[in-house]
Amino acid sequence: MTQTDLLAGLAIEIVSIFALIIMLTDALVERSTRLCETLSIVGLLGGLAASAYAHLTMPGQTAFNGMIVVGGMSTLYDAIFCGAGIMTVLLAREYLTRVGGMFDEFYTLLMMSIAGMMLMGHSADSMPMFVGLEVMSICFYVMAGLMRNKLSSNEAALKYFLLGAFASGFLLYGIALVYGSVGSTAYSAIAAKALSTQFPTLFWVGIGMMIIGLGFKVAAFPFHQWAPDVYHGAPTVVTGFMSTAGKAAAFSGFVGFIAPTMASGVPGLEKAKVILALLAVGSMLVGNITALAQTNVKRMLAYSSVAHAGYLMIGLAAGNAAGWTGITYYLVAYLFMQIGAFAVVGILERENGGNLTVDDYRGLARRRPGLALVMSLFMFSLTGIPPFAGFFGKYYLFNAAIQADLTWLAIVGVVSSVISVWFYLGLVVIMYFREPLGEMEGGEASISSRTALALSIIGTLLIGLIPQAIINIAAR
Amino acid sequence: MVSTFLPFILLLPLAGFVINGIFGKKLNSERLSGLIGASAVGIGFILSVAIFIELLGLSPDARSVGVNLADWITAGQFSVGFSYLVDPLSVVFLLVITGVGTLIHIYSMGYMHGDPGFSRFFAYLNLFIFMMLNLVLADNLLLTFLGWEGVGLCSFLLIGFWYDRKFAGVGILWTGDAAKKAFVVNRIGDLGMLIGMFILFSQFGTLNYGQLTQVLSSGAFFPGGSDLLTAAALCLFVGACGKSAQIPLGVWLPDAMAGPTPVSALIHAATMVTAGIFLVSRNATLFTLSPTAMTVVTCVAATTALVAATVGIVQNDIKKVLAYSTVSQLGFMFVALGVGAFTAAVFHVVTHAFFKALLFLGSGSVIHGMHEEQDMQKMGGLKKYMPQTYKTYLIGAIAIAGIFPLSGFFSKDEILYHAFNDSGPVLWVVGALAAFCTAFYMFRSVYLTFDGKERFDHHHVHPHESPASMTIPLWILAVLSVVGGFLGLPAIFGEHVHLLHSWLEPVFAPAYKFYSQHHASHTTELVLMVVSLCIGIAGILTARRVYIQKPGTADKVAARFPAIHKLLWHKWYMDEVYEVGVVKFIWMTSQSFLYRIFDKKIIDGMLHGIANATGAAGRGLRQLQTGVVTNYVTLFVLGILLIVGYLILG
Repeated sequence: MTQTDLLAGLAIEIVSIFALIIMLTDALVERSTRLCETLSIVGLLGGLAASAYAHLTMPGQTAFNGMIVVGGMSTLYDAIFCGAGIMTVLLAREYLTRVGGMFDEFYTLLMMSIAGMMLMGHSADSMPMFVGLEVMSICFYVMAGLMRNKLSSNEAALKYFLLGAFASGFLLYGIALVYGSVGSTAYSAIAAKALSTQFPTLFWVGIGMMIIGLGFKVAAFPFHQWAPDVYHGAPTVVTGFMSTAGKAAAFSGFVGFIAPTMASGVPGLEKAKVILALLAVGSMLVGNITALAQTNVKRMLAYSSVAHAGYLMIGLAAGNAAGWTGITYYLVAYLFMQIGAFAVVGILERENGGNLTVDDYRGLARRRPGLALVMSLFMFSLTGIPPFAGFFGKYYLFNAAIQADLTWLAIVGVVSSVISVWFYLGLVVIMYFREPLGEMEGGEASISSRTALALSIIGTLLIGLIPQAIINIAAR
Repeated sequence: MVSTFLPFILLLPLAGFVINGIFGKKLNSERLSGLIGASAVGIGFILSVAIFIELLGLSPDARSVGVNLADWITAGQFSVGFSYLVDPLSVVFLLVITGVGTLIHIYSMGYMHGDPGFSRFFAYLNLFIFMMLNLVLADNLLLTFLGWEGVGLCSFLLIGFWYDRKFAGVGILWTGDAAKKAFVVNRIGDLGMLIGMFILFSQFGTLNYGQLTQVLSSGAFFPGGSDLLTAAALCLFVGACGKSAQIPLGVWLPDAMAGPTPVSALIHAATMVTAGIFLVSRNATLFTLSPTAMTVVTCVAATTALVAATVGIVQNDIKKVLAYSTVSQLGFMFVALGVGAFTAAVFHVVTHAFFKALLFLGSGSVIHGMHEEQDMQKMGGLKKYMPQTYKTYLIGAIAIAGIFPLSGFFSKDEILYHAFNDSGPVLWVVGALAAFCTAFYMFRSVYLTFDGKERFDHHHVHPHESPASMTIPLWILAVLSVVGGFLGLPAIFGEHVHLLHSWLEPVFAPAYKFYSQHHASHTTELVLMVVSLCIGIAGILTARRVYIQKPGTADKVAARFPAIHKLLWHKWYMDEVYEVGVVKFIWMTSQSFLYRIFDKKIIDGMLHGIANATGAAGRGLRQLQTGVVTNYVTLFVLGILLIVGYLILG
């Protein structure tokens, strides 16, 4: 472990250290919520700064014996994770206090999970990727059950843990099989040695297992069924965080291990592409079609997040440079619009799951015009309507599919986007053109919630207007 | 200098439009609004003259300057810019548009005085000028098309300017209906033009005039041409027919008189309606390569010239007479194009712009003085009350009737001469007949309006002369109508006296490579001139006999030939044919089939079916979500088995 190694991993180290500091603060200081909140934001901003520093000074460099890599896409991943963390922190206190889940260990868990995600985003080897994934997942299990006197929250945590453990087993087994067939866990070495492996079947089954394990984490069909229950049962801020940063982390791991293999042209590659394409199709269609039938906004967003995993998998199936940058761009776009949407849901939500059904949103434009407007923006963006970020996200992914001669996949993507219009814009219609059913309780959004909302809107609009900025960073 | 001035010429009217359009109400000053509008065009005219003088100083082959202001569309190999071509042809149009445009802007300051939409009017006029300049200055078809659509829009806005006034016509109740009619009929022409552009682009991969002319004049298509070229030329001609009101798309122009009179003068007489002439002239090489297209142009144009002239004879609305006269004169211009006399067509555009603008503005002055009365049967003897208007209107009428040495004589005579030379006596006879009708109905309108008994109600109507802001433009136009003909003296006056011909020579040289013009002896030319002069005089004298010497003859003739009178009175039943054959037909098809069956049943049925099926699928898939972890694992494992099975066995 040299000084360069430490410098390259500085972002991860800062966030991890702050996680520990926050844990100590929580234990030693009385009424430490505000302090923990501040420390979290400072830690995350520090992480961002360290990541930017690494991006500028040592792009593409590896550290820790080729275990992690810095710069380029990993910088954007860091930005996604830390950005999601900051917005979640801004939203959390008000929401958790209201629904009775305000425990200070939330901040430790959040920081720890972000450290795990960053490790995944930076990993150049299966081992740190798996460690990062587990660090993140275990934190998520706990966070999902944060409202410990609420049944649905406990149920969410337990289901997530059971199924997550099952999936992690497959991922690890897949890594083992790949190691068995090529003798390495480093991504570049895997790709290079796969060409001459004596056990191609073993190798591809291993890759298949890894796809299954990560497919579970991104909530792809048919491994998605935990997602609606967990997203529904978990506290809304946690759901927003898991469905954006968690998904992004899983995709960062996915892209990391599969991109070199795709580029190497190993025989049998086509099969993997077929599997990824079918997973994409299943996720898009099942996610969107099931979302049609939902009457609960949180569940609707949960199912649609399955569909978004499907869109993102188009980029994996395309397996070209346009696909990788497309995924990265989409993850950034998705971060802003999805966290924003969940933020609005969280602001409106009341104790014991109140104000969560579609009917509760009737006539929202008249009662809370500001909230209705920003929710509409997020819905437009999630649908993929220009000039919002969601449009370019889909554009880049579909474009990647067409470049990879997977035009049919792009067509399925467009069709399922059309299906999603019904429930996304349906919500806008309900907010603007339906009479309210009853009185909605008041309650203003705090300054920090407003800040988070503002960040989401600015992000959704800004990267929609200048998409090339993100693409340029990703390509570095 | 050209590239320095051109942006100003283009952008000043646009600026005027923006200022009057957005801040017009805030300005709240007619004087200021009018001044902004008029000076935006007036400065443009001065700069245009400067450009003209600079081009004059260059050698004839160098009088073509391209100016690229900005990129517009770039897609792969295809690129179209906001790029403009200043050459002899576009400069002629530029001078006419800004020159006549300035006069009409000044006139409008008097005419529109007191109108609540004063600043809106000037905003529209300026927008029109901007679009018209884009049309004629563009160096490619697409930018011309932008202007083409733009002037169509302005025409629509200005015809319906007094949208709350009634206006009578076949199927028309309000001025808005007339505006709609103009717009819809023009769209048919626009479609033709678009298709023509598609054909040209697919064939040559460019829409740039210079490049098209270069490819076409390379000789690859001569002789024999090609069917596609004929199709392209005819499609462009359909567009020209729409804008320049040729049969069968000319029905909108008479109803366009619903707009304020300065609009009729500027847009529906002097400038916009000559866009079709411009389009054909710009693409002269294309047309000359297709003898079929040239024949079609000639036939359509000759028919239009004669039919419209006959209709003009029986109209009682002073502006309608002028409208039909315009249609007829545009027919003359297209006859010239059809026989390959491009210079003659442009010459007639110029002189026509002078005297037709003059006549329209004169009629506007009459209408203004008669408190919005347009029926000539309710006028008479106005020369006593409005001497200035009378004198200038009379000059305009003499000019359009083709009396030596006024401008109309030279331009019309040149067209008839080419018709005789290049097509034969039949075309000449048709043209001569139309010319006779022209002289007759113009002087009919002069006599009915200004001469004879005063038929208006003296208690309610007190005719008065118009203010100086209106009469000064009249006099300027009158002078131009008198001397305009000296731009193109015929060859019997000597070599190189046809100034316009030498000026436009480089533009039409490539076209003339394929279309040699016949030249007759000076004797023939002289005889034809004398005959056409006699025809003009005969028309005037007949009108004088019918309406001054023996008033009442008109009614007797009408009673003697009721069928013909009815036919002409109903404008050859063209509107009725459209109403029954096109409007009713489309309406019925849309209402009973397209809407009730195709849209409601088939389209909606399909969409609702798909939506219901998707919804049902959603409810079905929702059943999978049991909430029981074991079931989830079952699906999970099923997925694993399929994936691993496919990887091992597939």
